Amino acid sequence: MLGFLQRPVVVTADINLNVVALTAVGLLSRLWQLSYPRAVVFDEVYYGQYISFYMKRIFFLDGSGPPFGHMLLALGGYLGGFDGNFLWNRIGAEYSTNVPVWSLRLLPALAGALSVPMAYQIVWELGFSHCAAVGAALLILIENSLITQSRLMLLESVLIFFNLLAVLSYLKFSNSQKHRPFSPSWWFWLMLTGVACSCAVGTKYVGVFTYLLVLGVAAAHAWHLIGDQTLSNVRVLCHLLARAVALLVIPVLVYLLFFYVHLLLLCRSGPHDQIMSSAFQASLEGGLARITQGQPLEVAYGSQVTLKNVFGQPVPCWLHSHQSTYPMIYENGRGSSHQQQVTCYPFKDVNNWWIVKDPGRHELVVNNPPRPVRHGDIVQLVHGMTTRLLNTHDVAAPLSPHSQEVSCYIDYNVSMPAQNLWRLDIVNRESDTDVWKTILSEVRFVHVNTSAILKLSGAPLPDWGFRQLEVVGEKLSRGYHGSTVWNVEEHRYGRSQEQKERELELRSPAQMDASRNLSFMARFSELQWRMLTVRSDDSEHKYSSTPLDWVTLDTSIAYWLHPRTSAQIHLLGNIVIWASASLATLVYALLFVWYLLRRRRRVCDLPEGCWLRWALAGALCAGGWAVNYVPFFLMEKTLFLYHYLPALAFQILLLPVVLEHVSGRLCRSQLQRSFFGALVVAWFASACHVSNTLRPLTYGDRSLSPSELKALRWKDSWDILIRKY
Amino acid sequence: MITRVPRSSWDETHFGKMGSYYINRTFFFDVHPPLGKMLVGLAGYLSGYDGTFLFQKPGDKYEHHSYLGMRGFCAFLGALLIPFAYLTVLELSQSLPAALLTAALLTFDTGCLTLSQYILLDPILMFFIMAAMLSMVKYNSCANRPFSAPWWLWLSLTGVNLAGALGVKFVGLFIILQVGWNTLSDLWHLFGDLSLSMVTVGKHLTARVLCLIVLPLALYTATYAVHFMVLNKSGPGDGFFSSAFQARLSGNNLHNASIPEHLAYGSVITVKSARMAVGYLHSHGHLYPEGIGAHQQQVTTYLHKDYNNLWIIKKHNTNSDLLDPSLPVEFVRHGDIIRLEHKETSRNLHSHYHEAPLTRKHYQVTGYGINGTGDSNDFWRIEVVNRKFGNRIKVLRSRIRLIHLVTGCVLGSSGKVLPKWGWEQLEVTCTPYLKETLNSIWNVEDHINPKLPNISLDVLQPSFPEIMLEAHMVMIRGNSGLKPKDNEFTSKPWHWPINYQGLRFSGINDTDFRVYLLGNPVVWWLNLLSIALYLLSGSIFAVAVQRGARLPAEVEGLSQVLLQGGGQLLLGWMIHYFPFFLMGRILYFHHYFPAMLFSSMLTGLLWDTLLRLCAWSLASFSLAGHVHALGILSLLLGIAYSFYLFHPLAYGMVGPLAQDPRSPMAGLRWLESWDF
Repeated sequence: MLGFLQRPVVVTADINLNVVALTAVGLLSRLWQLSYPRAVVFDEVYYGQYISFYMKRIFFLDGSGPPFGHMLLALGGYLGGFDGNFLWNRIGAEYSTNVPVWSLRLLPALAGALSVPMAYQIVWELGFSHCAAVGAALLILIENSLITQSRLMLLESVLIFFNLLAVLSYLKFSNSQKHRPFSPSWWFWLMLTGVACSCAVGTKYVGVFTYLLVLGVAAAHAWHLIGDQTLSNVRVLCHLLARAVALLVIPVLVYLLFFYVHLLLLCRSGPHDQIMSSAFQASLEGGLARITQGQPLEVAYGSQVTLKNVFGQPVPCWLHSHQSTYPMIYENGRGSSHQQQVTCYPFKDVNNWWIVKDPGRHELVVNNPPRPVRHGDIVQLVHGMTTRLLNTHDVAAPLSPHSQEVSCYIDYNVSMPAQNLWRLDIVNRESDTDVWKTILSEVRFVHVNTSAILKLSGAPLPDWGFRQLEVVGEKLSRGYHGSTVWNVEEHRYGRSQEQKERELELRSPAQMDASRNLSFMARFSELQWRMLTVRSDDSEHKYSSTPLDWVTLDTSIAYWLHPRTSAQIHLLGNIVIWASASLATLVYALLFVWYLLRRRRRVCDLPEGCWLRWALAGALCAGGWAVNYVPFFLMEKTLFLYHYLPALAFQILLLPVVLEHVSGRLCRSQLQRSFFGALVVAWFASACHVSNTLRPLTYGDRSLSPSELKALRWKDSWDILIRKY
Repeated sequence: MITRVPRSSWDETHFGKMGSYYINRTFFFDVHPPLGKMLVGLAGYLSGYDGTFLFQKPGDKYEHHSYLGMRGFCAFLGALLIPFAYLTVLELSQSLPAALLTAALLTFDTGCLTLSQYILLDPILMFFIMAAMLSMVKYNSCANRPFSAPWWLWLSLTGVNLAGALGVKFVGLFIILQVGWNTLSDLWHLFGDLSLSMVTVGKHLTARVLCLIVLPLALYTATYAVHFMVLNKSGPGDGFFSSAFQARLSGNNLHNASIPEHLAYGSVITVKSARMAVGYLHSHGHLYPEGIGAHQQQVTTYLHKDYNNLWIIKKHNTNSDLLDPSLPVEFVRHGDIIRLEHKETSRNLHSHYHEAPLTRKHYQVTGYGINGTGDSNDFWRIEVVNRKFGNRIKVLRSRIRLIHLVTGCVLGSSGKVLPKWGWEQLEVTCTPYLKETLNSIWNVEDHINPKLPNISLDVLQPSFPEIMLEAHMVMIRGNSGLKPKDNEFTSKPWHWPINYQGLRFSGINDTDFRVYLLGNPVVWWLNLLSIALYLLSGSIFAVAVQRGARLPAEVEGLSQVLLQGGGQLLLGWMIHYFPFFLMGRILYFHHYFPAMLFSSMLTGLLWDTLLRLCAWSLASFSLAGHVHALGILSLLLGIAYSFYLFHPLAYGMVGPLAQDPRSPMAGLRWLESWDF
């Protein structure tokens, strides 16, 4: 019990001074003059607006990545006491005094700084020497592009940090596998692998490639474990289960957690509301919620409603009608019914109100108690302001001639009878007797006479239709599609018998009480789906590039230019490191194939342990490079040089591994080894020199003269900005 | 049955038409390689079709035209799929019931049946894919007698069929991947066999390189040689190709061309983009819609030859008629400031600081001015890239750039397709980034100037490799240009294996005779179930082997069949299916059919193996021996019955649509998305 009384309490600390020193220089290089420049640099203009949204807790939708990265940046703002009041509209705009630039840039810079000691640890855990490990860390330290990217409010350094963390913790885990499975440290590193993976995915979607790589390596190791017949079946099962929980279940949970926090933080309505469904919007404070708050839930005969299209493409809009009629003859010579137009209108308007009417009765008011409308009921829809009934018939629609025209019926006495009965089809019903609910129910209107379905075709009508969107009756409906589905957004029980009163009532704002809540999973799945499908403007950019330009560093990005002098920040790589890293990858691939073929013929150049280390280093470093690079060839979005940086970080790790292998295995004599060592030192010195030469462009702290800038333009394709005086 | 629909159906309008082109020897362009259409053309030629049917739109009646040969040819190849699948499964499993089950699955599948009845590329493609698979499997089983006659035969047949598959459609690449993978693992195995000397391994390698790389490449190239030899008349495909290429075609205005050599003021010209498959600078009497830049006349690039491609080259400062014979000829020189006037509408090529319709970072290019009178935004500086011929500008040879004087931007084509208002022609922009790319380089193609003497130009005849390269570039661009349009229902790859939605082949209304391409749902859902079952049973066996479990001899044999034979078929299914998820082009249901063949073979093999395992594990019971036979028999009967139910889809149906409860097919509309 009281053992600590008998034995002294001893704390032994192993401090690897290498790690400490590397962390210190890493921090120094990334944090030095962090709040300079006090101006918006490049994509800070993009991420900054989301930070402001977080500070003001306003909902937004960003298709570029999951919320974890944005939230990290916002955390920096929160710690610095940022109030979100800054207009992020122009690169180069000076920050006002309320923007805590230092703390906003702190977290990415810390992530960048910690990548340096982590590189050391990874190479060491891979089983290579301290010398190689220090080399890897120093290369990460002096790589100009990584420095630039870490010192700003950008997410690449965070992504690289979590990528490396995932790999490092997996290595720690697999190294403790041999000696101490199921020990606390074994569990810790295993769990950390899973958490780091989901943080990487949560920062940017491309993090998923590193996750897959780690999963692949873990699967290969697990497969060997299955083949290990010294372990009992139960033991193997425990191992597999532990891995499945840590690497599959935990990442999913953590990823959901990001969204949970995200939705918890963003509780107010904002400029991106329109893209979301009515139910989602109603779950936010203000905006639609203020309007719909307290609406009656169940739609009844006599209800006044606005109907929003669920698909909402090209823009979200509401079913609408107005006094104007379809032109007798269209431009292309086809005829119409000349009845009142029915359209879809993207703005709130009194003409968006419709009244649900029971075909058997005349009143347009809600009885007491209200009679709810159920799935399968036949209804008529009365346009509130004109009291005409929604109608469709066998007349070709104005822009989609294979569909039926939808109109509000006017009786011209031309043997064209009214066909205004619609069957209500609740798409997301739970039972066949479900009641039509405001906001929650997604409904289709099936025409009774022709079984056409009310649909938004999305085509804008010509001038006679005021450029509003065309609504048609779709005869041949091909399965479920959002454009045929509508939901009630605003809703109230109609009280006025007379048309004049009713018009007044329609113009008055909706009232009443009770709020509705969407479950977290429903909100998550909707938000995630919209984020993945929201169309970003994929136009080209002055500094966009193709993946082929990256390996050879044939492109650069001007991040910022001092308003008066020619001091500037430019995303440029250390060309020596880039070239030698690519070369190392090539050498690795050739050597690997060579060894593999020789082993197949039973010629073992490397002892078994050495070969396994060599293969694992390749799988993680060269593999990490490949999975973070190759997929970009298939992507259609606008690409920039900084997309290559995660791949580059892995490639740099491979460099000392290959160098150590060459010196240790391929240099036969001591003389060769010394000579190779001298070469490596010379090469490293040149890398340092290049890094130092490009430093003014990396930090942007020193204004260079035009001739100096011209001298730095080593490649024609580098667009270094030179002021003309 | 192939005469039941005496009208051209669905894509027959394309491929039948292209068969006709071969018979008429007119040049055309298509996104697929030529072999399939050449075979269709050949079949038509041999069966007496004269190539005069127009194939204008689906539903046209064939009347007296002899189309039977072409349909018969495709149907014959489609029918051969069944014996091929039978033999493949028999070879892989050494089990007759498995092979029979596979054959039944394919025979009774309405989808395969429908697809083989018409003039389409798919039966030809599937024929080559299955033939390649069969010969690969056959040659694998000859592995113990290397370099024997059958070994060589099957190896080279594999190569021939690979060339055939690739020559019909580019998706033939997938079967090449599969054969490649098989060959690599085969070589890897041989290489690890220390009883073979390096020389023997080298021989093996050489044999495969010869038969699987050199031979198919030679055959594939040969199909192009035949293609270009047969099609020597100018036709609808000319404009897709470069000026030099067109000079080969008789009837084209560049064939044996004699045109004025140097560009002069007053000449009427067409301007062609140097980028492949972009076409001519074009304008027409339609305006950019309101809200998209300035409300002025559209300027686009257009791939076809047209009067609207003609431009008059004028001096920037005078508007006099330069063709007045009294005036001296004045040549256009490098660096001159010019004005390009559109001949049909008399508007000037114009640009200004409005953003371009699609490429927002560029400036809009429009037609502006009345009868040639515009403003200073109509002035362009003409520059020759890599000047070699002095200051004058040579027709066809000089590569020119047009630089807008006021904004300093360069005229270029972005290669993006404009929406409906632009008639789906390609966007023309003025790009402020002066990087020299093919997008912004043009050459003058037609040149009319009565004041200049015509000189017979020996246009540089392109060599055969150049033609091949160009043809491929154009096809690749054409393929990637097939993007789904906004708001269009498109078929998604995940729809396919679950048989979510079919394709209407012919007939739409309830009075028409309708044919609907839809897989037999029983077969397809069985296939889907089998893939899941295979993954389950396969991984159980694999784990058992990895754990070193000792299996009885009989089970051991079955697990080998399951893991190796089944593995190959599963790989085939995956290779023929998953790449579609990555494709940006528009996809159709029928793209799944090659994968479906593989999954049917897997189904046959799997159920036979599983039933045998079942019979083995029940061996202690007296009836155990019948479990296998009964299982196979009931599967066969079930499939045959489902075919009886669904055969009207393939053989045609009349009467009301299935949505209508009165229709005889109403009960068969198991999914709401089926619209037959």
